[in-house]
Parts: sequence; structure tokens; C-alpha cells
Amino acid sequence: MPEVVLQDVAKHYGNAIAVENMSLRIGDGELVALLGPSGCGKTTTLRMIGGFVDATSGQIMVGGRDVTRLPPNRRNMGFVFQNYALFPHMTAAQNVAFGLEMRGLSKADTERKVRETLARVRLGHLADRLPRQMSGGQQQRVALARALVIEPDVLLLDEPLSNLDAALRHEMKIEIRQLQQSLGLTTVFVTHDQDEAMSTADRMVLMYNGKVEQVGPPDEVYGQPRSAFAAGFLGIPNLLPGRMTATQDGFRMEAGPIMRLDGQEGRMGKAFLALRPEVVGISAKAPEGATNMLPGRVQVMTYHGAAVEYQVQTEAGPMLTARATAPGLGGPPVLPVGAGVWLHWTPSAGVIVTEN
Amino acid sequence: MSSQARSVRLAYTATSILVIGFIVLPLVFIVWMSFFSNKILSFPPEGYTLDWYRRAWEMSDFRNGFFLSLRTSLIATVVALSLGLPASFALVRGRFRGRETINTILMSPMIVPGIVGGSALFVFFLEVEFLTGWRIAGSSIGLIIAHSLIALPWMIRLVTTSLISVPPSVEEAARSLGAGPLTVFFRVTLPVIRAGVIAGSLFAFVNSFIDLEKSIFLVGPDSTTLQIALINYLEWNFDSTIGAVATVQIGLITLLLLITDRYAKLSRAF
Repeated sequence: MPEVVLQDVAKHYGNAIAVENMSLRIGDGELVALLGPSGCGKTTTLRMIGGFVDATSGQIMVGGRDVTRLPPNRRNMGFVFQNYALFPHMTAAQNVAFGLEMRGLSKADTERKVRETLARVRLGHLADRLPRQMSGGQQQRVALARALVIEPDVLLLDEPLSNLDAALRHEMKIEIRQLQQSLGLTTVFVTHDQDEAMSTADRMVLMYNGKVEQVGPPDEVYGQPRSAFAAGFLGIPNLLPGRMTATQDGFRMEAGPIMRLDGQEGRMGKAFLALRPEVVGISAKAPEGATNMLPGRVQVMTYHGAAVEYQVQTEAGPMLTARATAPGLGGPPVLPVGAGVWLHWTPSAGVIVTEN
Repeated sequence: MSSQARSVRLAYTATSILVIGFIVLPLVFIVWMSFFSNKILSFPPEGYTLDWYRRAWEMSDFRNGFFLSLRTSLIATVVALSLGLPASFALVRGRFRGRETINTILMSPMIVPGIVGGSALFVFFLEVEFLTGWRIAGSSIGLIIAHSLIALPWMIRLVTTSLISVPPSVEEAARSLGAGPLTVFFRVTLPVIRAGVIAGSLFAFVNSFIDLEKSIFLVGPDSTTLQIALINYLEWNFDSTIGAVATVQIGLITLLLLITDRYAKLSRAF
């Protein structure tokens, strides 16, 4: 499997910039997720790699070969679409066979490979069904088989799970990851769902307004978001505005109090303190020995199976979200709405993110 | 079933029967009258005969008109197909300025009254003849141009409708699997929109075949289409010959509909 290199790739539509000078190296056998809100340029980037959108400038290399100006049919890439895009007049087997026919494979080889690949996505028994006779999940597995059977240099997935229901999405996510790893496929996965990206990708590329906001392994990006946008998009609801203290071991909230920090040296000036709900502790009494504490009152309590989430109105002003283990799983007793509480966290729990 | 639901159902059935009757009854009458033996078309029938069919066939105006109409409509359908398919693609898949305007212009022969379009074409042909000496009005070329204009909007309307329902990603998937643009068209797009293309051809053909208004300006003394031959005949005669001709036409079109429906479900084309 070759690596994919994007070098200063850009796409402009008139004056509008869809993707701005993007450079990215996707390693051999790596799964990279392009993540971002709609309109961030992630799909345009994928379609430029696939050859459906012409890059305005820059270069796209696959295994050292410049494919920037090649039409899609000469790129040898497997593309899986959000809406499955199966050929409605062909059976599952005929859909999968199409790419092999285009490559002039013999009838016997085609049949064998189609059978093998359909079995790989556990659809051997539905080979003669038409797309409209299959469920969404089955159709997407046929689409996956159709893209895999041609032994592509790169696998491109455009929101492949968005049209599936929650249970199926989880199942397909695992299936795609397993297939990708067992075949060692260089893969680009476009999604707007941070859970999907985090659970499948080796690396995430967070995009915003046509630009790369942050690149890194999921745990790194989630643990150290760079900007307020990144933190917000990754589902970190607590962003406290303020500025770094001169000594760099504290953060003065706009509301006044100073919070102690650890490991955030080198950051300066106006910023946000980002706190994941999991790191914010909540208790009825002021905890002894806690460095960072804010008093407040429970406004909303929601139950999430393994956890209980509280929205707490702090006396200092901002509304904060705290997440505690559910009582049944060894967590503290549930605190009722209206209860006076204390929120607390360790100096190393907070992350400083820039405005943008 | 509640009594209210039953009466709603009854009203629904009654309305359906009324509407269908309204459409079918005139046709039934024409077919029926074509067998009357009355010398002048009147009620009640004095007896029944097949004689009008023989007479209609023996009249060269009707026979030649039928073949001229058939030939003109077939050629017009082929022209509409070869212009309408690419036009539909451009209209549905293309992103360019003036797309809506072009669509409206291509649809306009359907909207402009036939008599207006026909006379406009006639004047235009005369101008061309005046400038170049090339006689179009009254020639079969003029007739074919006019009938292609009748056929084209039907073709485009039905082909674009079915093309809109094909997501571009289906064609892109074929491209990514190694198919060039032509292969994509013949292996993927055309088979998927087949019902629309067949229905478009059928409606193009039928509407060209039954046209009277546009043709009336453009036929020559020895080249009259069937519909004009019928009008000419009606001017001096009022007997069941026209009923016989109409019945043959109704039968022909019904047959066409039934045949096409076997190969492409027409209901899916709309």
C-alpha cells in the first residue's frame, strides 16, 4: 500500500476558498480521519484525492506517482459514498464485479474474487439481490466490497456511516476498521462525527473553514486541543474565558478567580481554559486540599447510563458541565437539582486553548 | 370500518369512476360510432358495418397521410432523442449560467400554443426562402423541423425527471472503479434512466403524431399528415369514416402504451 502525500493542495471556487493550501502525508496502511463541521473542506479534499474535483493548485502524490491531473478512472482508488451509490439495476454480485470487468479480468477470476469479497463483508448469501431489496447496512457493505475488490491503492470513505442507525453504525465502524487493518489499506475517512473519527482513526485531521486546525492521534487531539473551536468540536463543553497569569502557572478567569495550572507553560495572553466534563469533580461539601474550586448550584441533571452529568451554575458566572460515575457503578450518590455544590479539578486537568 | 370511513371511501370510488368515465366515454363513443351504418353520422344507429374501415383505407388522403405522419413522427422522435439526451444531461448535471433560461426555452414549444408556434415557423421559413431561395415550408424538412420541436420538450421533460433521480455519486462510483465517461453512460446511466428514455420517446412520438396546429401551416398540397387529412375531410363530409380512422389511431396508441409498459414501467418515469 502506497502513501498519499498532499502538497499545498487548494481548491477555489471563484473567490470562495473551499480548501486552503493543505499539506498532509498519509502513511502506508494508515487510517486518517478528516473531521470537521459541514463546509470545512473535508469532503472537497477527499474528492480531490479521488479525482472528482480538480485541485486549483498543489500536488497529490500516491506512492510517488503524481495523480493530480489524472481522471478518477485511472487513479485506482476505492471510493465509498454516504448514499452507497450502488448501481440500482445490478445485483450485489454484479455491482462488485463491475470494477473487475473494467480491468478486463477473466470471467472465472471475476467470479471467484466477487465471491471471496462478498464473503469477507458477510454478504455471500445475498449475492443475487438487487440494491433495493437490501437494508442500508447491507447496501453499504456491498459498496465496501465493490471498493475493496479492485485492490485499490487508497480507500476513500465519504461519511460512510451517516445514513445508518446507531447500532448499525457502531457495527460497521468496527468492521471497516478491522478490514482496513487486516488488508493494511491506506485510508482516508471523512466524517463530521468526532466519536467516529476518534474510534477508527490512527490520526485525526481537524478542519475548519478550509484549513487544517489540528493534526494528531485521537488521544492527543482530544487531550490537548489547540483552539476553542477544536475543543468545542471535540465535545468539550467547558470553555472559561480569561488570560494567563504572568507566572504561567495560573489562569485568571474573566470572572475574577485564579485557577492553578500545570504543564501549560509557553501559553500567554487571552485564552480559554478548557475542562473536559470527566475531569471536573462534583461534591456537596467543599473538598479538602483541592487546588481549584468553584461553588455553584445544580441546574440540570441528566442520566447517561454509566455516568451522571450535571450542569452547574457557578457563583463566578460561567455554566460548567461535570460528569460523575453513576451511583450504581461505584460513583457518589446523585445530587438533586437545586443543590449547592462544589466543582473542583487538579492543576494538570485544565488545558489552555487559544481563541482560534 | 366506521360509517364515516365508509362514506369517504364511497365518495372516493364515485369520484374516480366519474373522472375515468369523463376521459374514456368520448373514446368509447367514437369507437362505437365507427361501426354505425348510417350514411350521415347520427343517432340512433340504423345498423352496424365494417364498411367505413374499408373506405378509410381506400382513400389515398388517409392512407398517404398515415404513412407521412408515421414517418415524420418517427424521424422527429429520433431527432428529439439525439438532441434531447445530451440536452437533458447538460441541464441536470451541468452548472452554468443561464441553465434555467435554456430549460425554459427548450420547454417553450410545449407552452406556446401550437397555432402560434406553427405560424411563427411558417413566417420564418418564408424569410429563409426569400433570402436563400431554399423552400422549406411545404417540404418534408419543414414538417420534420416542426415535429421535432413538438417532440423535444416531451423528451427533455421525461429524461430530466428520471435523470434527477440518479445521484451523481452512482456515476462517480463507476468512474472510480475504472470506467471512462462513455462506459459510465452506456453501462450505468442509460440502463438506469431507461424507463424515462422510453417514456420520453413514446410521448414525443404520440404528440408529434397527433399534432394538427403546427403542421397546418407547413404541409404541401400533396403531403398532408393524417390529422390534416381528417380536418380536410370533415370540411365537406360528416360520416363514420373519421370514426374509423380515429379508432385505428386509438388502437395504435393503446398498443404502443401496452408494449412500452411491458419493457419499462411507465409509472416510474414520472
